[in-house]
Amino acid sequence: MKKWQCVVCGFVYEEALGMPEEGIAAGTRWEDIPEGWNCPDCGVAKSDFEMVEI
Amino acid sequence: MDEPIVIVGGGLAGYQSAKEIRRLDGQVPICLISSDGADFYSKPMLSNAFASGKTPDSLILKRASEMASEIGIEVIHERKVDAIHPESREISTGEGRMGYSKLVLALGADPIRLPVEGEMYSVNDLLDYRKFRQALAGKRRIAILGAGLIGCEFANDLLSAGFEVDVFDIASQPLGRLVPPECGEWIMKRMKGVGWHFNASVTRFEEGRVHLADGSSHAADVLLSAVGLVPRTKLALDAGLACGRGIRVNEFLQTSVGDIHAIGDCMEFEGMVLPFVMPIMHASKALASNILGKEMKLAFPPMPVVVKTPLAPTVVCPPKPGLDGAWHTEGGEEGMKSLFLGEEGKMLGFCLCGKAVSEKNALARTLG
Ligand SMILES: Cc1cc2nc3c(=O)[nH]c(=O)nc-3n(C[C@H](O)[C@H](O)[C@H](O)COP(=O)(O)OP(=O)(O)OC[C@H]3O[C@@H](n4cnc5c(N)ncnc54)[C@H](O)[C@@H]3O)c2cc1C
Ligand SMILES: [Zn+2]
Repeated sequence: MKKWQCVVCGFVYEEALGMPEEGIAAGTRWEDIPEGWNCPDCGVAKSDFEMVEI
Repeated sequence: MDEPIVIVGGGLAGYQSAKEIRRLDGQVPICLISSDGADFYSKPMLSNAFASGKTPDSLILKRASEMASEIGIEVIHERKVDAIHPESREISTGEGRMGYSKLVLALGADPIRLPVEGEMYSVNDLLDYRKFRQALAGKRRIAILGAGLIGCEFANDLLSAGFEVDVFDIASQPLGRLVPPECGEWIMKRMKGVGWHFNASVTRFEEGRVHLADGSSHAADVLLSAVGLVPRTKLALDAGLACGRGIRVNEFLQTSVGDIHAIGDCMEFEGMVLPFVMPIMHASKALASNILGKEMKLAFPPMPVVVKTPLAPTVVCPPKPGLDGAWHTEGGEEGMKSLFLGEEGKMLGFCLCGKAVSEKNALARTLG
């Protein structure tokens, strides 16, 4: 499982943990997160700023 | 030939505006001019760069030239705009005048500098951060002026990087303008490695000591000032645009002068300046639509601010200025939950610390 970081605000998405409170189950791969998703901390759209693998 | 849409400023607000305009119109010429290098970097990560293992260079995500070709715009960097001439729809730079069809001001803000004698750093862009990192080399004790958002974030980051950190503020608690005293106290306790000095007015930094108005002094090698920002309004004021604290815009992101818009840290909307990323994300969509002739009103949803202090995780969604109400706080060591309740118990804002931060999205939805 990978970790991804929002290039604008530094928010980290861990695939292993998911974001249950946003309806994204633990283990959801980055590729499988919908295109309409926004960074929960800063609002950047998934399609705007690719997260970088860390 | 039609003049381009000209965007002044190569920060997040400038680039995000360019992207949104380009998304809606693949053809219209767009020229972004910036006084700095216009390389794209994450400004929020300046205050947690140590924790995320970043150096000033590795914070740069894309060079100006890459941004230009990726978005499909012209980028002119290292060129300052000196004046706006609304009557002829032109701007002037050191290289002469240039016409625009629409003008977007994304000028950012300047750090406030308090009258403190002695050498003082402040960090509001990558260049500042480079200088600050150089100043830290071989140093141990860092004094921070200001216990606001940025001051607390730097305190956490520097502490985690092994520095000794003292924070000074004239207020009586951290994040005094944003959170209730109980939450301030919680944050202070969690960040107990920091030397907190409240009701403290710094007057002078000299020979390795920070001097306070009450006559006391504290050892420090470097002084970092983080006491807030003032929007860059001079260019706008000189051209006759209405400004308050920032460059005033209406719900269509228009300034008081035709064909000129403003966005980001330099802008004031409904009496508020909102120097954060999320407002830029929302405003840039409305800005692009309005510039291309399709009316779209700016409406901000609740925008919680995440404080990047891993030692004391905190999220705050302050009530709009002027709203009547009071904070109601509960919690303990594990975390704090504080709601700002108005008449009839309506929630108007919130502050969450520790474990409670997981309630952020649910509460933001209730607010919205
Ligand atoms: C340390 C730090 C941490 C932060 N953390 C967070 C966070 O966690 N979450 C969050 O939401 N926000 C955070 N912020 C705020 C956020 O980074 C800013 O709101 C945002 O980056 C502002 O972008 P901007 O484009 O408006 O301004 P800037 O990035 O300042 O860009 C202004 C641009 O205008 C150019 N310019 C100015 N005048 C002229 C001129 N006359 N001619 C030509 N060019 C000109 C400048 O060179 C610059 O390129 C943080 C800010 C700082 C400093
Ligand atoms: Zn983000």
